[in-house]
Amino acid sequence: MIIDLTRFLAEERKHWAELEATLDRIDRNPDQRMQLAELLKFHELYERASADLAKIETFSSEPEIRRYLEGLVARAYGEIHETREKQKRLNLWRWFVATFPQTFRRHLGPFWLAVAVTIAGCLFGGVAIRMDPEAKQVIMPFPGLKDDPSERVRREESAKQDKLAGQKSTFAAQLMTHNTQVAIFTMALGITWGAGTTITLFYNGVILGAVAVDYVYAGQARFLLGWLLPHGAIEIPAILLGGQAGFLLASALIGWGSRKTRRQRLREIAPDLTTIIFGAGVLLVWAGIVESFLSQYHQPVIPYALKIAFGAAELAALTLFLAKSGTSSKSSA
Amino acid sequence: MRYARTNTLLLRTPEGIVFSLPLAGPVSRFLAWGVDAGCIVAATSLLHEVLGLLGNINAGIAGATYIVAYFVFSIGYGIACEWYWRGQTVGKRVLKLRVMDEQALRLGFGQVVVRNLLRFVDLLPGLYLVGGIACVLSRRSQRLGDLAANTIVVRQLETAQPNLEQVLGGKFNSLLEYRHLAARLRQRTSPQAGAVALEALVRRDELEPQARLQLFDGLAQHFRSLVEFPLEATEQLSGEQYVRNVVEILYRRADRSA
Repeated sequence: MIIDLTRFLAEERKHWAELEATLDRIDRNPDQRMQLAELLKFHELYERASADLAKIETFSSEPEIRRYLEGLVARAYGEIHETREKQKRLNLWRWFVATFPQTFRRHLGPFWLAVAVTIAGCLFGGVAIRMDPEAKQVIMPFPGLKDDPSERVRREESAKQDKLAGQKSTFAAQLMTHNTQVAIFTMALGITWGAGTTITLFYNGVILGAVAVDYVYAGQARFLLGWLLPHGAIEIPAILLGGQAGFLLASALIGWGSRKTRRQRLREIAPDLTTIIFGAGVLLVWAGIVESFLSQYHQPVIPYALKIAFGAAELAALTLFLAKSGTSSKSSA
Repeated sequence: MRYARTNTLLLRTPEGIVFSLPLAGPVSRFLAWGVDAGCIVAATSLLHEVLGLLGNINAGIAGATYIVAYFVFSIGYGIACEWYWRGQTVGKRVLKLRVMDEQALRLGFGQVVVRNLLRFVDLLPGLYLVGGIACVLSRRSQRLGDLAANTIVVRQLETAQPNLEQVLGGKFNSLLEYRHLAARLRQRTSPQAGAVALEALVRRDELEPQARLQLFDGLAQHFRSLVEFPLEATEQLSGEQYVRNVVEILYRRADRSA
């Protein structure tokens, strides 16, 4: 069966152009709702283009026209058969106080797994540093942590000059971006069926445990809490959120106990991964500011009790926020 | 959904219509990434110069702004471009590529974010080695970010209506005298062969004389092998004339020409 290409084009082109214009309009105004008559027309144009594609596919016709129609049908197909709700205009405040904590609570399993892996790392790091003090040189990531804790405390407390003078903003920016990269990386490594996420969290735990045990056994627990708690109360949970996202991704890949296909599972979690990792990013901005402007200043500049109280209050507020915020509003999942 | 060739994804709609999406290969994607990397470097260099002026007033704020802006831009560039340009960045526009949902549905914001954040793993250990290997091994040319986000990268195709009047020029077509054989020729000719013949005619003036002769002789031989027309209809025809007559049979309305 052969068609007259010229006539076929002349007759059908206006309908393709109309469909293309409708699709362009949807592209420009994705929030605009169509009237029933417009929807019916859109569907008719889609079916017409589909029929034209079916016709032209069986003929020895110009492949470019076929490809054009394929592209048109593909675009219209995506709009007509999409069942997910269209993206609403984002209300940032509502997203942060409702969507983010709600999403966190929907996936508590992966979060507790991230906590467990980090605690396991802490225990390993703590035991390793007690059993083999030489391990300190290998485990500690920064030269400052390899020193004797008491010596460092003495040096910090007797410092006469502000070592971060004029650099606090830059240091805060470095901390924010570095920690956010770590959180993103921890999430992204979920694609390795969770192995990479586990290793990253465990390694973070090893460092944390080793530092904690080193300072506690040196009799510097108060300094440790005053130094770590103000920013760590937010930073560590934010990294755990990255781990939560990583394990969520891994569980969607593995699909234990789920009858859905891998594609369906991954499709479902993509918005939640986005929410969790953006939420962690917001927390890390705060943690970076606190670490640069507060955590690095010790007694007598800022009393340890005040720093510890500040950190404890942050931790309590964060726990309350993640556990309760958005419970009264409708789930935005 | 099925895969016709390694570089084409075929989708069947509920209406039974099959359409294909030509998948982009690792090389074109790598080149697009190169263009995007150039854009990021250019934009951040410009920002560096601008913030250099601010640095004269407050070096700390300028440095912090640059660090944060570089980080946000290097990560947010792909997300923002692909979201606002529906699957395209500057590099993808230049290379005519587009990110699409694997099932040709609307690209969601979550998908755009996930595929861009997983770039951290795809880039390992450098120059997209992990992503490149995944892309080569995957049936749908997907890097890890695409696998996690259920996305594919397709080649964007443009269309141009062929000018049949210019090609065929209203010349006498001896083959059309034999309607039943012409109908058989239409039936036996594959779309690909018809397209090649048409393309050869459209571009004949670009060919060297010897190459032109060989090409049309070869095509004519192919069409002759499909249907044998009587000698009186073909004996005076050169290879090019034969192919032109065949194209007219394939693309022109039968009742007008016969």
